[in-house]
Amino acid sequence: MIRLRKLARAASVLTTPLAPEDVLALFNPVFSARQLRGVVTQVVPETADSATIHFRPGRGWKAHKAGQWARIGVELDGVRHWRSYSLSAPAGQDPAITVSDVGAVSGVLVRQTKPGDVLFLAPPQGDFVLPEHPRPLLMLTAGSGITPVMSMVRTLVPHRPDADVVLIHSARTPQDSIFHEELSELADQFPNFRVTHWYTGEHGRLDFGSTAQLEELCPDWRQRAAYACGPEEFLDDAEALWSSEAAAHEKAAPGPFAADPINLIIERFNTSLVGGAGHDGGLVTFEASDREVEADGNTPLLDVGEDAGVLMPSGCRMGICHSCLLPLRAGQVRDLRTGEVHGEPGQLIQTCVSAAAGPVNLDI
Amino acid sequence: MTAISDRTAAKSTSINGAAAKHRPGALASSGSPLVRPPAAAHLSDEQVAEMGRELDAIRDDILAKRGASDAAYIRRVIKIQRALEISGRATLLVSRNKGAWVAGTTLLSLAKILENMEIGHNILHGQWDWMRDPDIHSTTWEWDFVTPARSWQHTHNDLHHRWTNVVGRDNDVGYNLLRMDADQPWKPHNLGNPLYNAILAPIFEWGIAIYDLELADYQEGKKSKDSMKRDLKALGRKVVTQFTKDYAATPAVAMLTGSGKQALYGTLTANAVRNVWAHAVIFCGHFPEGADTFTEEMVEGETRGDWYVRQMIGSANISGSKFMHLMTGNLSHQIEHHLFPDLPSNRYGEVAPKVQEICKRYGLPYTTGPLLKQVGSSWAKVFKLALPGKKS
Repeated sequence: MIRLRKLARAASVLTTPLAPEDVLALFNPVFSARQLRGVVTQVVPETADSATIHFRPGRGWKAHKAGQWARIGVELDGVRHWRSYSLSAPAGQDPAITVSDVGAVSGVLVRQTKPGDVLFLAPPQGDFVLPEHPRPLLMLTAGSGITPVMSMVRTLVPHRPDADVVLIHSARTPQDSIFHEELSELADQFPNFRVTHWYTGEHGRLDFGSTAQLEELCPDWRQRAAYACGPEEFLDDAEALWSSEAAAHEKAAPGPFAADPINLIIERFNTSLVGGAGHDGGLVTFEASDREVEADGNTPLLDVGEDAGVLMPSGCRMGICHSCLLPLRAGQVRDLRTGEVHGEPGQLIQTCVSAAAGPVNLDI
Repeated sequence: MTAISDRTAAKSTSINGAAAKHRPGALASSGSPLVRPPAAAHLSDEQVAEMGRELDAIRDDILAKRGASDAAYIRRVIKIQRALEISGRATLLVSRNKGAWVAGTTLLSLAKILENMEIGHNILHGQWDWMRDPDIHSTTWEWDFVTPARSWQHTHNDLHHRWTNVVGRDNDVGYNLLRMDADQPWKPHNLGNPLYNAILAPIFEWGIAIYDLELADYQEGKKSKDSMKRDLKALGRKVVTQFTKDYAATPAVAMLTGSGKQALYGTLTANAVRNVWAHAVIFCGHFPEGADTFTEEMVEGETRGDWYVRQMIGSANISGSKFMHLMTGNLSHQIEHHLFPDLPSNRYGEVAPKVQEICKRYGLPYTTGPLLKQVGSSWAKVFKLALPGKKS
């Protein structure tokens, strides 16, 4: 590997300003260390609206832990879009993502991806991972929230006879329930793994308003390390239940249970800022400068920043020179020339012709 | 006049306008410049505003259409360029053979022209930023040209494109070397105009590299010592890598076949061919007969519509084949490029007839002509302005 790097450096003398890999990319599209890519090896349909995409990552990928997620880049009409997906494959195997068709990007992934396609990748990350020491576990999942938990179950259950896992998975109908068959098979095969399928189509939503339902489905839930993944309200409700229970528990018995606190580990998919309606503007946060300013929807972010005393890069001030580009951390902006509202985390935006459309975080 | 000198003074602090409400360089939202350029003097404020809206609509139309086929286009051109580059360089390695020398030099010249013009120039304008591909992006791209991409972006994208042909604001009018406008005061050394230009052409990339250092700004104190140091360092690094590649590494490898000297002549020739070509195309952009220059009064209070007017009447196109347009990096559509500098270059040809129609309807000149005529016309200016004299 070291010799290869030396060789690459020697070759770059002839290819500068390009790197040798840029030339080699003529022959092999995943041959890039600068942009991590993966080749799709297999696409397995799961339900009518979801599929699992297996891929072989190129150099620069690091093996994932069960429960982690990765950013996946896909091109839609020539434009690269990035989304985060949980990895559903067990730790130690080639990665795979399980995607539900809920938007433009996931739609393309589910419907149009085929083996041989190239995906853009960012290395896996996330703290929603198995505990370091063996503990009885309770998994609460809803909808596509099963994906990171599936990776945990696949990693743990078949390989650890001492595992003790209860999974309560909520889906609308059996047909909508991803991994339904595999979960049932695992539960049949391994007595230390118990699955409850909860169908909201029949029984309505799981009720986290009181402990009654949970008590019924998993009587020893207080003794288990709990993990939850699913839609926002599902997680909010679970979180509220656990924190009130933990408070009560603390009051009743402050000492003896300290080693095993009642806790819940949560994975949220949706942390992005909500786009504002119309020309409302919003709170603009200059993250590195630690400034926050309320801005209207017609003032360029460049002016907003300058007025707040942020040292903004600038150029033509009319949207032609691209000197003022700044990375968007969160939120959406409105192009003052076209009115188009756009923005994805990491996207470079022209601050001189972009205004806030809802809350906006900029990396400066 | 006071207002103008205030603005000039504010230029050096344009990065931090926190204190000043007046933002230098920002376009006025309505009204008109102090003086409208003579070629557009017959237009009312409303007409200029309406024309601006029509041009905005052309831009929006392309933005709506821009997509996968455009992305495929630039990737294809990049692929072709890289294939030309490696085959050219590889052929030069055996250039002791005369045929191989001619073939290798031709391939490498074509590769370098494509790399600088249709690829480098346009990517560095941000024309392909919308793809969000970090490898084809104005913030990451570096080109096979001596001047570092970031330095060039400042003098070109920010200064030249914002202040197109405004004498005193846009140093591209003569590059601080040539007298290219009758309003520039004549000095005896201007007698050398044609000689300087003839010397400049084959070493054009070095001229641009020095120009991008903004030495005059540094002497006048408008450019800080720190940024001068940074620019010099970046240029130094670039000079070393560029020089090593073409004039040391390639000939060194070619020595294995006894073609070292020939390979060196090959790379020297390829760079010179590219330089002469780039110089010719770029001189056709603003210097042929018909392309106007402007005074500072003409930009004071300029609206978006007036800015468009200035771009159109200050630029000149080159007419010709599809291949010629490609080899000029679509700078043959200089007028369209100046109107919409960050639209993808492959769309300029489609936009051109609409722009020409607008010019006709509003009674504005639309300067265009075949390559040789335009080159001749800009050289005529180089000769004419070597001698003292006011505007004809």
